[in-house]
Amino acid sequence: MKLLKGRLLHAYTLLLVAWLVLPIAVMIAFGFNDTSSKQNFVWEGFTFEWYARLFEKEDLTRALVNSLLIALLSTVVTTVIGTMVGLALGRFRFRGQGTSNFVLFAAISTPELVMGSSLLAMFVQLNTPRGFVTILLAHVMFSIAFVAVTVRARVVGLDPSLEEAAADLGASGWTTFRLVTLPMIMPGVMAGAMLAFALSVDDFVITNFTSGSTVTFPLWVWSSTRTGTPPQVNVMGTLIFAVGVLVALYNLWSARRRRTT
Amino acid sequence: MRRRLTPYLLILPGGLWLTAFFAVPLIMMLSFSLMEGNLIDGFAFTFHWQNYTEGLSTYGDKFVRSLWYGLLATVACILIAYPAAYWIAFKAGRNKSTYLFLLLLPFFVSFILRTVSWKFVLADDGIFLGTFKDWGLLNEDFHVLGTTFAVVAGLAYNFLPFMVLPIYVALERVDARLLEAARDLYASRVQTFLRVVLPLSLPGVFAGVVMTFIPASADYVNADVLGGSGNVMIGNVIYLEYFNNSNYPTASALSFTLMGALLVGIFLYARLLGTKDVLEAAGR
Repeated sequence: MKLLKGRLLHAYTLLLVAWLVLPIAVMIAFGFNDTSSKQNFVWEGFTFEWYARLFEKEDLTRALVNSLLIALLSTVVTTVIGTMVGLALGRFRFRGQGTSNFVLFAAISTPELVMGSSLLAMFVQLNTPRGFVTILLAHVMFSIAFVAVTVRARVVGLDPSLEEAAADLGASGWTTFRLVTLPMIMPGVMAGAMLAFALSVDDFVITNFTSGSTVTFPLWVWSSTRTGTPPQVNVMGTLIFAVGVLVALYNLWSARRRRTT
Repeated sequence: MRRRLTPYLLILPGGLWLTAFFAVPLIMMLSFSLMEGNLIDGFAFTFHWQNYTEGLSTYGDKFVRSLWYGLLATVACILIAYPAAYWIAFKAGRNKSTYLFLLLLPFFVSFILRTVSWKFVLADDGIFLGTFKDWGLLNEDFHVLGTTFAVVAGLAYNFLPFMVLPIYVALERVDARLLEAARDLYASRVQTFLRVVLPLSLPGVFAGVVMTFIPASADYVNADVLGGSGNVMIGNVIYLEYFNNSNYPTASALSFTLMGALLVGIFLYARLLGTKDVLEAAGR
């Protein structure tokens, strides 16, 4: 009975994984579909054609480049700013700490629709032209809290005596930070950076409200649903998926190796 | 002295950024929601609170529908996620991280692309419905797209990982000795679950509910891609008021009402079940 129950739940979990993976598998498969129609959802044979013609649609390629560029810039800025916030909240006791924690909680739990529409309301009132820059400002805004929370969790678990030892040995505050604190919180910083990149590349709703006429990859995919999504979108989705999975696996692997050595 | 200033200096850039692009926009939207006018003549602040009353009376049904869909998707997520999180936390042994990784795979594909992919899968003549219809297993005019089921299933699919993770974290922290103690005290397996494991995992469920219900209720992508004219949610209305009608005051009022409704809902929920747990679990 006990064995049966364990197996039943095991089978259930595998079924759940299948459900979660199904649309991804379909996305990957239809990147190889030898389709001639505009609506790419009837299987017509296997081809590598769309990989060869990946960058044929110029506006789609530009959208992808925009997405990657925004994600890269937003990740760099967010990682620096967010790590500083995470350090302050995890390491120090100061007045206003509760408020700061609450603001982070609010920034994480406010629906994207409200964030996006309020940014639009502000940009309209201030007559700010919307485009690449406003998307970037918004992406940094909604990622800060996630990076800060990730770094804070890492900082809280640290042993402060190491930093005290460095100070006792005559290291200045900056040297201590560079040689002791930073290496110790690095896994948290990297996790935060990857989270920030993923959030930015993937973001649709807030980008939708702040983009003006600039198009990112998710926005392009969205507008293509009306007329038919070309297989190139599937291929790009597949490549982004593959890179993301490889990076994550590498991180899991190196974390495990660090633990065992 | 320097040490006392350090946290404030560290927090300054992030604080300024969040003030300028998170707090100030909310205030600007609040003021916009009380304005009158149109795109051509301009907008003027007149304390036009009718934006709220008119918005609510015109789109009240869409509000109710959004909260209802959000609730359905959240309940579905709890029921779907809990058994799997339970199995991974207690029975998966060495493969825990592998299974967690598998459950998080959807995060590596853009939210919009996942939803569009469901549209492929569920299309009337797509790989499943089309094939079943060819085999005569389904009626020719059977369809899934454009139904409430499709939208709620899409929402549940997209936000499921946000439910699995906190429940898993809570279950993972349950001390195995408590389970042994329960067994030693002659609790049956069902009793052990109901009176030891379930209460200990509730903070995880609370956090999952917050992280699923809010984005699901405010979503407009699933209703647009997978739903039909009968599944319009308040997010779709807000989107159209902003972009198609340029009716910024009404759109702002609706957006603020939505945020208020969700905040009140979460606040009541947290009061009912203990604020600290929810804040703590969600902050992680």
